[in-house]
Amino acid sequence: MLTHDEEDGTRMFRIEVNGKDREVPVGHTVADLLDDLELDGRLVVVELNRQIIRRTEIGDVVLKGEDRMEIVHFVGGG
Amino acid sequence: MNTVTTNWATADPDPLTIGGRTFESRLILGTGKYRDAEQTVAALRASGAEMVTVAVRRVDLDATKEESLLHHLDPREFFLLPNTAGCYTEEDAVRYARLGREAGLSDWVKLEVIGDQETLLPDTDALLAATRTLVAEGFTVLPYTNDDLITALKLQDAGAAAVMPLASPIGSGLGLLNPLNIRLLKNRLDVPIIVDAGVGTASDACATMELGVDGILMNTALAAADHPVLMAHAMRQAVEAGRAAWLAGRMPKREWAVPSSPSTGMLD
Repeated sequence: MLTHDEEDGTRMFRIEVNGKDREVPVGHTVADLLDDLELDGRLVVVELNRQIIRRTEIGDVVLKGEDRMEIVHFVGGG
Repeated sequence: MNTVTTNWATADPDPLTIGGRTFESRLILGTGKYRDAEQTVAALRASGAEMVTVAVRRVDLDATKEESLLHHLDPREFFLLPNTAGCYTEEDAVRYARLGREAGLSDWVKLEVIGDQETLLPDTDALLAATRTLVAEGFTVLPYTNDDLITALKLQDAGAAAVMPLASPIGSGLGLLNPLNIRLLKNRLDVPIIVDAGVGTASDACATMELGVDGILMNTALAAADHPVLMAHAMRQAVEAGRAAWLAGRMPKREWAVPSSPSTGMLD
């Protein structure tokens, strides 16, 4: 669902990232979101609607409403 | 940098070969449950391990400046093996394996499909199905399994690059509970056997390697020790000692005594 940010007129919509709702501006790409989150694209893996987004594509994939994203990385484990 | 000098080395090269890769160390370590990243790396280095497992988890978006494990673990220093820990279905395990591969370091995976939360024993049906799926997608699959020979043979037939039977439940520290079953697997399978899970202390690792298995994987034995780096040194030596003892060909066991000193030349 689109909302209208009254301050600067940016249209926002809601997606889910790592299980939590987040508002993003229309036209935002996966790369833009990683920048917002201060994440290095080389150190994380992104899955969008259960599809893995290749690193080379993150700047091309445009987010849309109701998208569900998972951003994962390596942690210690046995 | 390993500061322990060792004279355990056997005369001939004895590398571990799995899936076309060669490793000098037969000890594989997990990276979980350490105090912090610095302790993790110190223990890994002290152990001589070359291959280490990592888990795949959500980035904590609320944590301020959570540092990636890759800031501390250099993939040029250690070969990283992503696991599918925490997965209880074939679908989940395949999903996590694909995510691990997308990190771009390799197409290897330590495949875990758990069947029971209390014991963390594997769901072997789902494990076999996931192995087949991932092998077909070009993964090098190292499945964590139980010590059942039939399951191990099926995993090998499914294309697993090694089979990894547990010594005892994950994190239990109970050591090797069924040496006979592990021996059966080693005798009958062609792929490497890596005993994975349940190791508690150095003697467990040594005894396991004395059975002739190809390698051993452990995590909690180091991370939960009072002094993980010291235990890492111990495990390095234990694995080398057990391997050397196996290659040396132990003496037979007898139920009677045979003297070690001559019986002739005694005084009147």
